[in-house]
Amino acid sequence: MSESGALSRRSFVKVGVVAGAGLTLGVAWRLTRDPGLPTSDSTWVPNAYLRIDEDGSITVLVPRSEMGQGVSTALPQLVAEELDVPWDAVSFEFAQAHDAYGMMVTGGSTSVRESWEPLRRAGATAREMLRRAGANRWGVDVADVSTGNAAVIAPDGSTASYGALAAEAARLDVPDEVALKEPADYRLIGTSVPRLDVEAKSTGRAIFGIDAGPPDTRVAVVERSPVFGGVVRSLRADAALALPGVDEIVELESGVAVVANGYVAANAGRDALEIEWDEGDGANLDDATIADRLRSAVRNGRTVRDDGDVDAVLAGAEAPIRAEYRLPYLAHATMEPMNCTAWVRDGRCTVWTGTQFQNAPAIVGGGARQVAAAAAGVPADATEVHTTFLGGGFGRRSERDFVREAAELAGKIQGPVKVVWSREDDMRHDFYRPASYHELTAVLGEDGRPAAWDHRTASQSIMERLVPGWVPGPARNLVGKRDSTSTEGASDQPYESPNVRLTYAKVDLPIPVGFWRSVGHTHTGFVVESFIDELAHAAGEDPYEYRRALLSAHPRHVGVLDAVAEASAWGSTPPEGRGRGIAVVRSFGSYVAQVAEVSIRDGQPRVHQVWCAVDCGTVLNPAIVRAQMESGIVYGLTAALFGEINIEGGRVVQSNFHDYRMLRMNEAPRIDVVLAPSGDAPGGVGEPGTPPIAPAVANAVYALTGERIRTLPIRLGSPAGTAGSLS
Amino acid sequence: MTTLTINGEPRDISAPNSSPLLWALREELGLTGTKFGCGIGQCGACTVLLDGAPVRSCQVPVGSAQGTTVTTIEGVAGAGELHPIQQAWIEEQVPQCGYCQSGQIISALALLDERAAPTDDDIDRAMSGNVCRCGAYQAIRRAIHRAVAIRSERIASDEPDQGEGDG
Ligand code: FES
Ligand code: FES
Repeated sequence: MSESGALSRRSFVKVGVVAGAGLTLGVAWRLTRDPGLPTSDSTWVPNAYLRIDEDGSITVLVPRSEMGQGVSTALPQLVAEELDVPWDAVSFEFAQAHDAYGMMVTGGSTSVRESWEPLRRAGATAREMLRRAGANRWGVDVADVSTGNAAVIAPDGSTASYGALAAEAARLDVPDEVALKEPADYRLIGTSVPRLDVEAKSTGRAIFGIDAGPPDTRVAVVERSPVFGGVVRSLRADAALALPGVDEIVELESGVAVVANGYVAANAGRDALEIEWDEGDGANLDDATIADRLRSAVRNGRTVRDDGDVDAVLAGAEAPIRAEYRLPYLAHATMEPMNCTAWVRDGRCTVWTGTQFQNAPAIVGGGARQVAAAAAGVPADATEVHTTFLGGGFGRRSERDFVREAAELAGKIQGPVKVVWSREDDMRHDFYRPASYHELTAVLGEDGRPAAWDHRTASQSIMERLVPGWVPGPARNLVGKRDSTSTEGASDQPYESPNVRLTYAKVDLPIPVGFWRSVGHTHTGFVVESFIDELAHAAGEDPYEYRRALLSAHPRHVGVLDAVAEASAWGSTPPEGRGRGIAVVRSFGSYVAQVAEVSIRDGQPRVHQVWCAVDCGTVLNPAIVRAQMESGIVYGLTAALFGEINIEGGRVVQSNFHDYRMLRMNEAPRIDVVLAPSGDAPGGVGEPGTPPIAPAVANAVYALTGERIRTLPIRLGSPAGTAGSLS
Repeated sequence: MTTLTINGEPRDISAPNSSPLLWALREELGLTGTKFGCGIGQCGACTVLLDGAPVRSCQVPVGSAQGTTVTTIEGVAGAGELHPIQQAWIEEQVPQCGYCQSGQIISALALLDERAAPTDDDIDRAMSGNVCRCGAYQAIRRAIHRAVAIRSERIASDEPDQGEGDG
């Protein structure tokens, strides 16, 4: 969501010594915040813990959510490096949401970026305290004491384990300054240490939200308005209540809950509900209306970027190049549908769920904990949130709707209850990647380079819902404040041109929109990287060379372009019937270039091979970086080939995987990832793999067929003709 | 009441005959390793072995499982030793979010029971009913090949004593 701020030296507090419990260090790091967000008092808070118990076990309490991106490995890896312990001595626990943690959010590919310094410092500080404890015990100079294999080593070679020294170390003052290792001395950073979560996930033992909760938890399903914004007009529940296993019917803000002794009974009860909905104005909405609204708004956007004088160049141009791009709403479709367990008793609320957003101040609407407290009618400090493994997040689990609903229900009934969403619920009540419409105009100079680049975009705003007042009022439009999650990737598109303009038109529609893996870059990456490809072809230049020539001020873009060109042998002739396309996108602090090789089968593109070069600054764990690139590519490719949420009569048309297709094993390309780290501070890896794949594939389709793809998902205009031309 | 053998033990299920086996496993027997993903047989997260064949347990009515033998993810490992497929899953670091992986492992188990050394095409055929939203497909493919190798190593090292591996 934003870059991290500067880090404080005073990163530590000793959390306290419980008698005999060993050494526990709290680590603070600076909150992520966008410049537009007001500051709060809770900027400096203990935010992760390292615990060394007397039995020698070393535990890192991870305050970030593990949704597949590897954070439960990467964060402990940072600590273990400086603590100087073998990898197999380390374990992790998820931190419980608590005020002491301040903001707890996993998003924007920030976890490693923000932990990089403080967690290494935590490990180094603990190691230093253990060394001092050893020196004290042996009566020697601390400078003569070294460490190895989770033990402190005396000058004479005798050793004391960290566990044995933990209690003594805990009584020492926390040192203000510790030296961190030079990169050349890393033993764990930069290596593919095994993930700490894979065994649990290969044996069925990993506990996800849908598996969590106390014994005798009842199950509820909720019937929600089929039209966004609809409310219950009338409800008859007798038939549902008469069914075996159905206990209670409870009206909630979000719909009608059926509480039962299990999921099957709850669903049967739901089918038997007789509900009349007051659908409201939303019922008039459909795809065509939405497309019209976006298109007619696009000319009235406010200016986000304005270099030079675009209008002057356009006015004098004979043949400007114009293109319109359209992208649809997308659902997240996490593998584990939304769910949340809550229990309200004795003025306390306990929540078990997979959330990306445990804790937050009121300015952003609160995290799961604050939202649950309000919905259950108990104070936040009487509310606990236990984070489980997340069966996928992709931004969906940063919303708090599923938590609010479960806590409200739990507040109205006795005992613990788990609200389980069906796949259909999940797909039809998502916070979708916003649909967007883009108009691009460019003028090429004599040298073929863009003399002017004009990009007008229109979409709903994600931030406006989350942070009312975030989007500046009309008066402030003049100063060009940007709605960053709508325009990122377009406002900072890197291609050299003296005259560049971006305008953004915010369109208000009742479709809920939210963060979807790589957010604004999902559409701006496609549009910018497709249009620059159009310009390259218009200039009669090779798409790789053309990009490269316009990126002379951006060496890291060039670095990954060169690496992917080499890996894919760009410029060599692809196999018969195949074409290649290229794209490069910087997002979340990392640079990713991809080449896709496609053929056309049954009138649709088939992606055989993807080469991917990534510069994420410093590579913490190569295997995790590779896996995240593969993951991001499959996620983005699924959207490029199939992803579309349609609206009809205010309702989402799609419902399950038969009409919202997922890429499957037999359709998955071979992916080669090249790590091309620049050595800069770590960038994100959870999201940056996603944006380049759609334009790389669309550009490959163009190279192969001459058909320019300007609307996603990719549907070739004349399948028979296109395929025929190849055979 | 339905009686069947689950992971080698006789179990009774009191859920109505028409109830999907998936929910009886999860809610009545507490075997939560088997996952709910779609409920319509489209994603494979709920895959279990029923008399040795991979089935989508969200589509199997409890009543039809009377007298059958069911293996869930909890029953895949041998006594004190992970199954070669699980071992391969760990060595290849397959799981990301992990939610699909019980189903993937069960489908891979069925594949290796049928084909000792599957080709990539065999893998495509056997595994394309299992969605992985995290896109771990390439790792799954690698891990299936590695499981073949692990299994033959184990058989080789068992040979002097037992003459046969457990497959
Ligand atoms: S839950 Fe059974 S196939 Fe998806
Ligand atoms: S590992 Fe997340 S769905 Fe497969």
